[in-house]
Amino acid sequence: MANLTLVQAINLALVQEMEKDDRVIILGEDVGLNGGVFRVTEGLHKRFGGDRVVDSPLAESGIIGTSVGLAMAGLRPVPEIQFEGFLGPAYDQICTHAARMRTRTRGALTVPMTIRVPVGGGIHAPELHSDSPESIYTHTPGLKVVMPASPYDAKGLLISAIRDPDPVIYFEPKRIYRAFREEVPEDEYTIPIGKARVVAEGEEMTVISWGASVVQCMSAIEKSDRSIELIDLRTISPIDMETIETSVKKTGRVVIVHEAPKTCGVGAELSARIMEHCFLYLEAPVQRVTGFDTIMPYYKLELEYLPDTERISKAIDEVAVY
Amino acid sequence: MQQSGSMQPEAEPTPPQVQQAGRDETSALLASLPMDTVNHWLREMMLIREFEVRTMQAYQDKKIGGFCHIYIGQEAVAVGTIAAITPEDPVVTAYRDHGHALARGMDPKYCMAEMYGRIGGCAKGKGGSMHMFDKANNFFGGHGIVGAQCPLGAGLAFATKYRDEVINKERSKHVTLCFLGDGALNQGAVHEAKNLAGLLDLPVIYIVENNGYSMGTAISRGTTVGHEITRKADAYGIESAVIDGLDVLSVYRDMKPLVEHCRQTSRPAFVDMRTYRFKGHSMSDPRKYRTKDEEAQYELLDPIARLSKAMINNQMLTDERFKQIGKEVRQEVREAIKWSVASKPPGKDELYKDVYVEKWGPYTGTSLPEMLGGDES
Repeated sequence: MANLTLVQAINLALVQEMEKDDRVIILGEDVGLNGGVFRVTEGLHKRFGGDRVVDSPLAESGIIGTSVGLAMAGLRPVPEIQFEGFLGPAYDQICTHAARMRTRTRGALTVPMTIRVPVGGGIHAPELHSDSPESIYTHTPGLKVVMPASPYDAKGLLISAIRDPDPVIYFEPKRIYRAFREEVPEDEYTIPIGKARVVAEGEEMTVISWGASVVQCMSAIEKSDRSIELIDLRTISPIDMETIETSVKKTGRVVIVHEAPKTCGVGAELSARIMEHCFLYLEAPVQRVTGFDTIMPYYKLELEYLPDTERISKAIDEVAVY
Repeated sequence: MQQSGSMQPEAEPTPPQVQQAGRDETSALLASLPMDTVNHWLREMMLIREFEVRTMQAYQDKKIGGFCHIYIGQEAVAVGTIAAITPEDPVVTAYRDHGHALARGMDPKYCMAEMYGRIGGCAKGKGGSMHMFDKANNFFGGHGIVGAQCPLGAGLAFATKYRDEVINKERSKHVTLCFLGDGALNQGAVHEAKNLAGLLDLPVIYIVENNGYSMGTAISRGTTVGHEITRKADAYGIESAVIDGLDVLSVYRDMKPLVEHCRQTSRPAFVDMRTYRFKGHSMSDPRKYRTKDEEAQYELLDPIARLSKAMINNQMLTDERFKQIGKEVRQEVREAIKWSVASKPPGKDELYKDVYVEKWGPYTGTSLPEMLGGDES
């Protein structure tokens, strides 16, 4: 066991999977000699060499398209895109190729690729460096989307993603890259894709979140006198409805928290599903605490944009007394 | 598996150096230019340098957030190229944009306030370092995605040509400058833009600020034919030039006829502008990918030192006057910082502004910040 940050846990998972499986290779901008923009791939180039840790040109479409080709031919590429905003140029390759290859070839070809992408705000960066686009990819059939909220989950989820036979977008919440440490086993273990985590058990209300917002939710719950169950979704696509349903049928009240804009955010999908699955158990309308329907602002307004403890606490109180 | 596709000669210095103007050539160039013009260029470059030095300090003091890309070393490029066009010609660039904004005439206070995240900034403090805009001065940004500004450059040139030829029934008479880094050469959007510009006869000049590095990756490791990137213009039937971007006199001398040629013929061009960024890719770059020796070698070619020395040698400048300009620009930047600090952060209501059209219409230039509550004091 080692006490690791989220960055270190990801690095450890990469090292172990690369040691174990020589089909695993990394491509990306400055991932090699420089160790990555957030130093996530630090030391890998030295350890595994330039054939397996490939410094690419600044060409996101090329990085992902090439990775799709590698994956179709049976390798396990783990490309890095430096920031979620840089997924734009790669969108075509992700959504028109990676997501559809299995369907298009009726299962003959698959794309076992894991795209690692830092995501979200909270580090004083501007738009394109602070966005939360997870719902775009959740809305795309054929992709799996995960986002760990802790170092332990980061390692286990990444190993699962790399071993998964389908394309996975592995979002890394950059706000908590180094925010706290956690005991992470040296031994390999997996966190199954599609399985949420009950962070705290409670009876009166269910709070559902993912990524860095989970930390904000924890602090809001600690401040509350109520018995609140917190679910960290961990996998955003496919959604673990079983865990959510069990919890909501118990509590009857739900608050959903995410950084992304509200309209058509993943919270909207969750809310609809809860209505479909748990309608007769609900004591209050589902409430969402989210970013706003606007472009992520820079610096001084960032904290106004991101859901914080205060906004979450207010929603908890409102839903509780509805 | 060996990377062998770069077709790069062995031991090519990064970036390959261009023939520099000799002493006599420099003197002749200086003699051919109005004294005020050269003095103005020197002052502009010194202003950008001072602005960037203070920007770095403010960043280190956590007054500026996010990511910050410093232009030190490349000043001669923005100043020399923009001197070769008219105020009506559009300019667009990527995220290392403070120098272009200042050279295009933006008041430093609007530029600094933007980085301080204040309402007085050119984008109301909601865009930051990478998002400088000044529509009144035909400066179209300031964009954060590598290479993605190049199709915009084609569009800006298409628009001037359309307005000139189709609406005003005149000859096309504008030229657009679109800046990009050498790292951007490998983005698909850049190739699409070059093809469109060549195909549609668009008067746009793609100026590659070739500082030799794609963030932390040397051009020889990231770009094919990196020693001769003008071949990437040949492929699209676009004329090209190689220019010493560390010397503002050479930049102007070579850009001026190229600009006029593009204006006359309504055709695109491509410039391999050899320069060097003296600082890192961004403020968080430890520069482990290059040697101190290499940095020192380029610092000898400092564009400000080169111009000021040449001017002194040609009796166009005294040490006293040089120091005086230094004082003036320090004062100007100090005032910009003071103004930025006094300007308020955008209020919560700003979160919902400027996403769609508003009652007073879109942002119209550098006068709007005051209108919206920037503090002049």
